[in-house]
Amino acid sequence: MIEVKNISKSFGGQQVLKNISMDFLKGKTNLIIGQSGSGKTVLMKCCIGLFDVDEGQIKFDERNFTNLNEKKKKLIRKEMGVLFQGGALFDSFNVEENVMFPLNMFTKMSLEEKRERVNDVLVNVNLPNAHKKLPSELSGGMIKRVAIARAISLRPNYLFCDEPNSGLDPKTAELIDELISNLTEKFNMTTVVNTHDMNSVLQIGQKISYLYKGNLWWEGSKEEIMKTDNAELNDFVFSTELTRRLK
Amino acid sequence: MKIITEMGEYAMLMFQAFKKPDKGKVFRRQLMMDFQDLGTNSIGIVAIISIFTGAIIAMQTAYNMDSPLLSQKLIGFSTRQMMILEFSPTIISLILAGKVGSSIASEIGTMRVTEQIDALKVMGINPANYLILPKITASIIYNPILIVFSMFLGIGGGWLACIVTGIVPSSAYIEGIQAWYEPFTLVYALIKTLVFAFIISSVSGFKGYTVSGGSVEVGRNSTQAVVYSSILIIIFDLILTQLLLV
Repeated sequence: MIEVKNISKSFGGQQVLKNISMDFLKGKTNLIIGQSGSGKTVLMKCCIGLFDVDEGQIKFDERNFTNLNEKKKKLIRKEMGVLFQGGALFDSFNVEENVMFPLNMFTKMSLEEKRERVNDVLVNVNLPNAHKKLPSELSGGMIKRVAIARAISLRPNYLFCDEPNSGLDPKTAELIDELISNLTEKFNMTTVVNTHDMNSVLQIGQKISYLYKGNLWWEGSKEEIMKTDNAELNDFVFSTELTRRLK
Repeated sequence: MKIITEMGEYAMLMFQAFKKPDKGKVFRRQLMMDFQDLGTNSIGIVAIISIFTGAIIAMQTAYNMDSPLLSQKLIGFSTRQMMILEFSPTIISLILAGKVGSSIASEIGTMRVTEQIDALKVMGINPANYLILPKITASIIYNPILIVFSMFLGIGGGWLACIVTGIVPSSAYIEGIQAWYEPFTLVYALIKTLVFAFIISSVSGFKGYTVSGGSVEVGRNSTQAVVYSSILIIIFDLILTQLLLV
């Protein structure tokens, strides 16, 4: 479980996160939703250690990540997998090398074992025959799947996904959502997904946290979101004709 | 004020870069790739420019020495001295600052804007050490080889010019390139080369690493990498010449 306790973050005098507290549950797909500029990405970057928080704590299974020095943070980072918005695959490596990269850096596995693990994770993301392709030869959906494969290659306890569906067609976006949800269950990870895609909310949101102007505005499940009377959340979630009809 | 801030950031980045690599095998692999990208891929341009410049130096020296009182072997001597003292270490380094420096800055800058550096960091890898140290090491090892290669080709180019144009007999040119040789000039040239190699790779690495924004900033920082490296090369050329030769 990841516990976020009273964190605040400012940039140049502008407070982006205001005293936020929330929990991300183990074995569940935890969604952070909110409009652009609401602080979703900043919150995720604080959780993975790319930004230092001004105040508050972030605990990974009782280990306070915010107080640790770089050396100790590194140990927790090895338990994290991160899917970046654009995939962030290494351009000069092919798919196999990208997925094998964390294994090369942090394990003493033999080449045979590493190949076996790469095959396994690529099968998990439905890309069994893409080993030798370069990132430039992959479609948007394939890039996301390879990035997920790389993120789970070390069997992480925590998976962070920043806008996993951005730039994808609805069908591929649904496949990526299903993949994240299935992998979370299969490997019993604490998964945090940052999104403003309402299909994702209704499809995989087991615990949903809504950020509004840097504040945690609402928390609940996908079933509860359909019945909420929170005006700002309703305005955000049911902003289109289609979602209003659905409600 | 901005320049002091940048110098501080540069020093901190170098402190991060010069740490023990996480995995020796991965570092060696990166180093081999950088030998190829930064060194071997520059052989062609270094060869062409050196041969032609050596030939031009020999021909211009001959053109300016029309007095019968001056020995013809001075043409070979001048070509050798100019190649060893200035052309190969400084001008070739300036050319490498353009070719290699922009390549390093744009490669690392693109990795920054596409979140590849963030990906390295969240994996628990020191990105400065993983990306910049192999490039600095490759440049420091490979550039002296390129520069010595350039010296030989430049002096050879001068000899070819003598044969083709007949401005001076081949024997006089060869006698000239052997005359009054001071081994310290080569040491001086190699010291300059090492300093310039460090400047090119570290400044370009820094400018790439500190890109923020998008493709426009990558281009802007790549240009700055070349400009800053070139200016520093010229400044350090003057300082090292004062310290070592004068």
